[in-house]
Amino acid sequence: MRLKTALLGAAALAALAPTAFAAGHEGPRGRDGEVKIIYWQAPSIMNPFLSGGTKDIEAASMVVEPLARYDPEGTMLPWLVEEIPTVENGGVTEDLTQITWKITPGLTWSDGTPFTSADVKFTYDYCTHPEGGCAQATKFEGVASVETPDEQTVVVNFDGPTPFPYGPFVGNESPIIQAAQFADCMGAKAPECTEANFKPIGTGPFVVTEFKPNDVISMVANENYRVDGKPAFATVTFKGGGDAAAAGRAVMETGEYDYAWNLQLAPDVIATMEQGGKGKPVVGFGTLVERIMLNHTNPDPSLGAEERAVVRPHPFLQDPAVYKALSMAIDRALLVEVGYGQAGRVTCNWVPAPQLYASTSMTCDTQDIEGAKKLLDDAGIVDTDGDGIREKDGVPLAILFQSSTNAVRQDFQALIKDWWEQIGLSVELRNVDSSVFFGGDPGSPDTFQKFYADVQMYANNFAGTDPQAYLGNGLCDKAPTPASQWQGENISRFCMEEYDALHKELAATGDLEERGRIAKELNDMAVANGMMIPLVDRGRLSAHSVTLGGVDLNTWDSELWNVADWYRIK
Amino acid sequence: MLTYTFRRLAMSVPTLLFISLAIFLLLKLAPGDPVANQPLTIPPEVRQKMREALGYDQPLVVQYWKWLVQFFWVEPLVLTDHIFGTNFSDGKLRILSWQHRAPVMDIVVQRLPQTLWVVGTAYVVAILIALPIGIYSAYRQYSVFDNAGTFVSMVGFSMPPFFSGVLLIVIFSVNMPRDSFWWFPSIYDTTLRVTSWDTFQAQIRQMVLPVMVLALQITSQLSRFMRASMLDNLNQDYVRTARAKGLSEWVVVMIHVLRNSMIPVVTVIALGIPTIFGGAIITERVFKVNGIGDQLIGALFASDIPTVMTLTFIFAILIVVFNLIADILYGILDPRIRYD
Repeated sequence: MRLKTALLGAAALAALAPTAFAAGHEGPRGRDGEVKIIYWQAPSIMNPFLSGGTKDIEAASMVVEPLARYDPEGTMLPWLVEEIPTVENGGVTEDLTQITWKITPGLTWSDGTPFTSADVKFTYDYCTHPEGGCAQATKFEGVASVETPDEQTVVVNFDGPTPFPYGPFVGNESPIIQAAQFADCMGAKAPECTEANFKPIGTGPFVVTEFKPNDVISMVANENYRVDGKPAFATVTFKGGGDAAAAGRAVMETGEYDYAWNLQLAPDVIATMEQGGKGKPVVGFGTLVERIMLNHTNPDPSLGAEERAVVRPHPFLQDPAVYKALSMAIDRALLVEVGYGQAGRVTCNWVPAPQLYASTSMTCDTQDIEGAKKLLDDAGIVDTDGDGIREKDGVPLAILFQSSTNAVRQDFQALIKDWWEQIGLSVELRNVDSSVFFGGDPGSPDTFQKFYADVQMYANNFAGTDPQAYLGNGLCDKAPTPASQWQGENISRFCMEEYDALHKELAATGDLEERGRIAKELNDMAVANGMMIPLVDRGRLSAHSVTLGGVDLNTWDSELWNVADWYRIK
Repeated sequence: MLTYTFRRLAMSVPTLLFISLAIFLLLKLAPGDPVANQPLTIPPEVRQKMREALGYDQPLVVQYWKWLVQFFWVEPLVLTDHIFGTNFSDGKLRILSWQHRAPVMDIVVQRLPQTLWVVGTAYVVAILIALPIGIYSAYRQYSVFDNAGTFVSMVGFSMPPFFSGVLLIVIFSVNMPRDSFWWFPSIYDTTLRVTSWDTFQAQIRQMVLPVMVLALQITSQLSRFMRASMLDNLNQDYVRTARAKGLSEWVVVMIHVLRNSMIPVVTVIALGIPTIFGGAIITERVFKVNGIGDQLIGALFASDIPTVMTLTFIFAILIVVFNLIADILYGILDPRIRYD
């Protein structure tokens, strides 16, 4: 993010806020009664450090808050601090190893006690405790120490130059918890603090009064919230459970609820529900890309356990003609229409957003079956034995295409199989239950890390707005192998020296414009060299009641990031 | 009879231990990972730490032994403490769920009332409807009423709750005007506390749809049983004798035949009671009733082994106990049956 723009944006927002109030929804705190939110995945815990699940993090975001968070454009906003520290304003040191946050004076926890830098430091200690199993430990990667020179100042020291020092304490995954409440819950004792894990004390607009795990959370407005007249709602009922269809129905058709999160439903189902007239869908786009990963190793079952999906290369997938033809044969626009409707758009990129990092050099909107055939013919990959399937160096282009079990993915698989068969490949489909596919059990042959198939489809994204770590998933040494217990993020086992070198350059660059340029180049390099075939940029579709105002869908932070600004339209 | 009861009770201890081991091993053999549902943005090292914090990679024997001790020693201690205000269980680790890190039994206690209310009511309603239907269908065999009853129970029995539940929601929540008397909520409000006449009405209203779905299924099953059992008895010699004595039809059917026909039906009802505690997984999911069934399926999806293990084991205990009760009831209802 261009930080200057970010700061200007924040200033502009602050200036705009009073105007927004003039629109007629100003008044005392709690004036609008109850707001009812439904998440079809029920929150199990209110401590985001003990669960990485989105449902838990978002529910907790109404109560515990980070020092800074992102707005719907992916711009950083100062939240519990006065400004975002940058090199220009002296908040980040020139050598990029230290960042200093200045906490807004006068902040209090919902129990009335002052919010100090000690709480911030405690949060760091809590999450980095070796026995705690903290789900957000990556946020503190590279942090050497956290110091508190005074009650309002937090200094984070990194163990090396960190061009993007906004990992710790920024965004919904890194909120601050109260030291006093969690003091006895460090490390192995963390799970035993049921009361604290269910009813954390926070700085957010609401306070938990009752938490029924996997069912419902009751909250009331925080009497000590820092903004007068907010939140507009006195109570929140946060219901969880069921399925996306039921949640959508409850908001858009029966009108029983005000807000339904993440409605992953077929486009026609959403359209039918919308006709109910009680609510409307809202869409936001983030970094989630549905893609087909191409295997760079040989997944032949006849190879031994130490060699299968380990030895390079793949018999035919690294031929540029092959992976380009595979990509050309796909009608992405149709996939979007079938699978995601308004909640999806065509993408040719691995990193589709934020704008600073999104490459615009490639196009892939139109399907070109003939072009794909010609490409293969010209490369000499033709059918030599008359069985209708092309061969490369005598190896038939037979593809095992796997994915996780999910209605949309199986539709995609069927369509893509048909297109690929049209250009002369043979395609076998396979789907694996998602808890196994994504489960990472090194003993299972069906995980996406093991990649015992030629190509596989799934979606992935990155947390926050900086793609450096995400682009790191293409580094040679991140490939899962038997030696690494099949752990590792480089699923396709893509490996290029130039790529590794350029990524190193990214990690040493502080200037944001320059980072954007390098990130785009890395993205193009990975896609153009057959790491993956990006398909659909998947947005988040939620729905809110027509009487609920102030909703601003945010994919960079919690969807409930601005719940304090929500109000009832009368 | 008493000796028999004691013998059966003693027998049930090894049975239950074996069941617990079987459940444990099945759960361990099944694929799944408690951190599988965490987003992909969490790297493997962190996942591994999270697994370790859960105790997921301890040796199987240790995990099983820990669970046994917690279930048979720590949890009863907690219960004693709760009742008598003692503190035997202080500092002892209870069975903690992997999803929410809270004691599993606390959640069970929190959720059992909803299940008992909804499923229990459905059971009572179903019995009240099924018995008269069964009796009258048998008494007027092949009449229009009997045929209609057969049809309805066939439909009710073959229609799965994920269909009938959604059908009822479409009719009574979506298409019904909101201010109509016939509008019923599709989502169970689990925060509702019955404190006044209005909240009581609201409670009844939100129970209508799930109870209807469940009662339809149970009614279909029970009314068939009742009818068959009545038919068996109606043709017996003692019925003819009763009629020959000049007894009224009411007395013949409702006193002589009904009493004898109830023996198998009572057994069926008794054996069905554990299922009330087990909750109704699908119906609870459809209407978002925060009952035991919903807890079980949620835990299964999350590979929350301690919760699944504890719940299934509680069901196992209930089934063993109610089997015993049914056997004893048999002896009480029919003096010819003796076990000693």
